[in-house]
Amino acid sequence: MGMYNDKVMDHFMNPHNIGELENPDGIGTYGSPVCGDMMQISIRVENDVITDAKFKTFGCGSAIASSSVATDMIIGMTIEEALAVTNKQIVNELGGLPAVKIHCSVLADHAIKSAIYDYATKHGKTYAGLEGFDPNAEEDDHEGCDIEE
Amino acid sequence: MRQIYLDYSATTPVKQEVLEAMLPYFTENFGNPSSLYTTGSLSRDAIIKAREQVAHLIGAKDKEIFFTSSGTESDNWAVKGVAESLKEKGNHIITTMIEHPAILRTCENLETKGYRVTYLPVDQDGRISSSQLADAITDETILVSIMTVNNEIGTIQDIPELCRLSKEKNRNLVFHTDAVQALGNMPIDVKTWGVDLMSISGHKIYGPKGIGALYIKPGTRIANFMHGGSQEAKRRAGTENLTGIIGFGKAAEIAERELEGHIHHSRELRDYFIDQVTRRIENVTLNGSREHRHPGNVNLTFDFIEGEAMLLYLDMNGIAVSTGSACSSASLTPSHVLTCLGVPLEKIHGSLRFTMGDFTTKEDLDYTIEKLTEIVARLRSMSPVSKEKGW
Repeated sequence: MGMYNDKVMDHFMNPHNIGELENPDGIGTYGSPVCGDMMQISIRVENDVITDAKFKTFGCGSAIASSSVATDMIIGMTIEEALAVTNKQIVNELGGLPAVKIHCSVLADHAIKSAIYDYATKHGKTYAGLEGFDPNAEEDDHEGCDIEE
Repeated sequence: MRQIYLDYSATTPVKQEVLEAMLPYFTENFGNPSSLYTTGSLSRDAIIKAREQVAHLIGAKDKEIFFTSSGTESDNWAVKGVAESLKEKGNHIITTMIEHPAILRTCENLETKGYRVTYLPVDQDGRISSSQLADAITDETILVSIMTVNNEIGTIQDIPELCRLSKEKNRNLVFHTDAVQALGNMPIDVKTWGVDLMSISGHKIYGPKGIGALYIKPGTRIANFMHGGSQEAKRRAGTENLTGIIGFGKAAEIAERELEGHIHHSRELRDYFIDQVTRRIENVTLNGSREHRHPGNVNLTFDFIEGEAMLLYLDMNGIAVSTGSACSSASLTPSHVLTCLGVPLEKIHGSLRFTMGDFTTKEDLDYTIEKLTEIVARLRSMSPVSKEKGW
């Protein structure tokens, strides 16, 4: 397919970290099938370091590829490092995505924050990177799915 | 790798016989049909023959066929040509919500110029209601444009009945149908159907791309669209697409000769595919009408997964299909046709269209079903939504 580069296609064809961790320390989702993309991330945390992460994604090729590469990226990171990961970094890690795809299909930074928010809430922790983050903001955020008319 | 093409509604391969008919007109008999010398007259003769072949396929007379560059041009000409020609009589146009963009965008363009357009809704099968059509027609209505067969879901409208009804309500209106998907896939007879205008295209019936035609019933008021030389009886200017016209003509001749066999072949494959896929894969629904359906069209929704991802995995296995998912379109809008049927957005994102044709075999479908079953299972295992968890 001409639309995606080789690295994107590789992550799409052979995605890493698929699934859902058993008894995860944190789990979060972002997006909705109505809008065409939804991502769930579950994480395992030890001493503030993400030791494992798995994802499940409903979405197109770039949604799956970006989920795969994003989970690769955060495994081994500290919580604060993971909170600082941006969609731009994820896209760069993939070697770029078609412009039209970036806005809608890269959900990972929000999904990561949601999973960490869940972890923080359950474990009574606070992180600077979560300041002002509202995991439920997605409903309003994504209303109308940002579809162009 | 095995290559399986299941997108015949997008375009078809040119048949060998068609290509062979076209070839001499690229290099040897390349003359401009307007030229008086011998190679020019050979080109003229070839066009005369092709016009007869295309006309015959739809039950028209040759002088009622006007070649254009595409189905899209034919649609533009029909809508804009009638609007311009009848603007003194009224400013109201009726069409449907599930037309091809060539009609919808043209109508929207006319709305910016003071025309009023009614877009008729469809039922869950994709059929319009004849009573809603009748109710929409007024003395101001100058044009009714309804597609014969929808390109995405393959739903067939009862054009003869809708045309009769329209003229009964207002005998001055012009009735147009976009028959691009119908051509070669069902018997067409413009005389018994009673339509004034019909758009058709070459590349959907194993002819070349870049050639279409508009059927114009004699006496129909329609302004010219392309201005210039006196080609096409002074109705459509521009040096004729000689090879395209010849290819379209040959393709039409073959389509007519093989119509019954083609329909039977496509329908058997279609029904086999629907039956096998719905039996072997859970949570699959057929979009569109089961009864009033293009013989080679299958449009399915696979719950809990997204269409572009399925399309890409199928492509990696050499299988070519299309999807109504927003993610696959440049504008990121989900299929307007499925939206009009009332299919929920999450299910539109998981829709795939498989269209079969003359070169499709049962073995192709068995291979496709096998791969599809694996792909659906794989994507569902990656999805956060499922039958158990719900959407």
